[in-house]
Amino acid sequence: MGETPHRSADAGTGGIRVASSGQQRPAGASARVAESPVSTRTPGGDGLGGGGGLPRARAFGAERAFRGLTLAAGTAVLVIIAAIAVFLIAKAVPALGANTENFWTYEGWSPNDTAPKFGIGTLAFGTVLSSALALLIAVPVALGIALYLSHYAPRRLGTALGFLIDLLAAVPSVVFGLWGRDIFVNPVRDFSAWLNQYFGWIPIFGGDGPFGKSIMLGSLVLAIMVLPIITSLSREVFLQTPTANEEAALALGATRWEMIRTAVLPYGRPGIIAAVMLGLGRALGETIALAMTLGITFGISFNLIENGGNTIAANIANAFGEANDTGRGALIASGLVLFTITLIVNITARAIIYRRREFTESAA
Amino acid sequence: MTTTIANHRTRPPAQPATLRARRLPRYAPPAIALAALLVAAAVVYGTGIGGPVLVVVVAALLYLAGLFAASNAVEGRRSARNRTWSALIHSAFVLAVLPLASVVWTLVSKGVERLDGDFFNTSMNNIGARDPNGGAYHAIVGTLEQVGIAALITVPLGILCAIYVVEYGRGRFAFAIRFFVDVMTGIPSIVSGLFVLAFWVLVVSPVFNDGRPGFSGFAAALALSVLMLPTVVRSTEEMLRLVPAPLREGAYALGVPKWKTILRVVLPTALPGIVTGVMLAVARAAGETAPVLLVAGGGAAINFNPFENNQSSLALFVYQQAGDASKYAPARAWTAALTLVALVLILTVAAKLLARRNRLGR
Repeated sequence: MGETPHRSADAGTGGIRVASSGQQRPAGASARVAESPVSTRTPGGDGLGGGGGLPRARAFGAERAFRGLTLAAGTAVLVIIAAIAVFLIAKAVPALGANTENFWTYEGWSPNDTAPKFGIGTLAFGTVLSSALALLIAVPVALGIALYLSHYAPRRLGTALGFLIDLLAAVPSVVFGLWGRDIFVNPVRDFSAWLNQYFGWIPIFGGDGPFGKSIMLGSLVLAIMVLPIITSLSREVFLQTPTANEEAALALGATRWEMIRTAVLPYGRPGIIAAVMLGLGRALGETIALAMTLGITFGISFNLIENGGNTIAANIANAFGEANDTGRGALIASGLVLFTITLIVNITARAIIYRRREFTESAA
Repeated sequence: MTTTIANHRTRPPAQPATLRARRLPRYAPPAIALAALLVAAAVVYGTGIGGPVLVVVVAALLYLAGLFAASNAVEGRRSARNRTWSALIHSAFVLAVLPLASVVWTLVSKGVERLDGDFFNTSMNNIGARDPNGGAYHAIVGTLEQVGIAALITVPLGILCAIYVVEYGRGRFAFAIRFFVDVMTGIPSIVSGLFVLAFWVLVVSPVFNDGRPGFSGFAAALALSVLMLPTVVRSTEEMLRLVPAPLREGAYALGVPKWKTILRVVLPTALPGIVTGVMLAVARAAGETAPVLLVAGGGAAINFNPFENNQSSLALFVYQQAGDASKYAPARAWTAALTLVALVLILTVAAKLLARRNRLGR
């Protein structure tokens, strides 16, 4: 490679120079590929033998085109996220301008009136309350099942049941909603009446009915829905605990629980956080199951067992049918709030996971 | 950890004659369970505050307390903790299996009621509240078309995006794309529905539709692709990273350009994994109700054209029948739910089996 290059090196896409004299081919894609300093010397310019089989100038175009194509596809993701925000804002602003009440504090949703009145407060409250309750119920149980499947059950049984749990994670939410509305509501109604009879003095179990289609039913259905997701993700993380760590703990005389507490749980913590956050994301955005199981009322109340409760997503599904222009804009505005909430939750979760880079591949 | 072990060591052995620690006899846990059950029954029925369910709950709590106390007395605190946590973990499993089993059982037992040829061959067109027949043909057509179009959009876009992230992307920009793909995974389905409503139905579709916004199956497909895209990108990305570097280097050494290496060597190697990811994404998209409700509108008649007029989908059909006042509607809803679950599960099982045969492994 001692010859004087007959063309400038920047003719290519930054690869090494093709230095053979008489070569009419640019240091394009093919040369760039071979990033190790391999000489691409060829016996002649006629494309015979050795590197002469390398693609000609056309390859330069193909490489660039393909690269550009993938870049465009990658950019599309950013464009879509930006477009979601832009279009939701664009459609929400007119409706927000027409709103005659305070969007943040007004308790009610009648955007189709001549003087539109709607507020996000109750809906956001219901969304956060039902999701928080669902996670409160689901997370300990899900971690318990995940530990059972990974460390307590016989290996074959654990694998089979894990497969089953994965399948349950794929069951559509409308099915859970239907089940909650037709079947599960009965035991929950009985349980609510029982709670009300004996624990009615606690405000969250107070009221005088009717019971059933309540925040409790919604949260329980939601919990049952996110359970398989959290379970299958955290089971995978628990299974990846280095065997050496587990055996070391056991060899030091730890009981099985001590082994789990000292070896499995610390290792799996980022994965657990990721799983819980994904569950939270699904719970916050869950639409149909809640639209079918909640009592749909407007008003901020901590009462868990009386008919009532509403969430942003459920309200969109329920109110969309009779919405006029302003009504649609109002629903889009509420969707924008939901989008913002989930975006914040997700970015926080990802930031937590990304801080522990070594887990990103496996846990998320 | 270290302190507990130290405590354990310093405790004088109870039976110097043997090296074994004292253990609860094998019959102790069942005996405690039986006692707990009896006490619980006596308390609950004696005070009349509940039925058999409460008995079981109280018995479970008593069992946990009794087990801890007995084990603490005989075997020591560490073993007692171990036994209690073990019991808790087993009961968490039982607790979760009950509702999930109930879902499956109800689905099957109620779903077979209308599982006949009529259900799969007719639509809901001209089916009134008093008609017991009617079916989901139009909904099945809708689901297949919407999911198919969504896959056609998502698969090339997602794979190219993953290729950029894995093969070409460097620095902040590629990191931003990775990050936002992850963030996009968490976008609620209703928000993607609203996005397509605001973007396609209200802004773009009037152009083709004489100035009137129109629902269509294609709009639903767009909303579904927003949901599918991150799943496809993530799984493809993971698979591309698993392709061994020597394969790529071998191709480079033979002088194959990078783009051809990716298309001819890397992608075929990763293909089974990518197909698995796509199938899982399709399965998830097929079950989505909210976006279809917002942008396809639903409808009772068969509509093969995804670009014009309302279309239904299986999930939306379930939702609409569940809200219907007709006494025949619930049976239709359950059968449609069973069909939907069968479709989704077949896809998922096939994807998982394919993943298991994948040479790259996980």
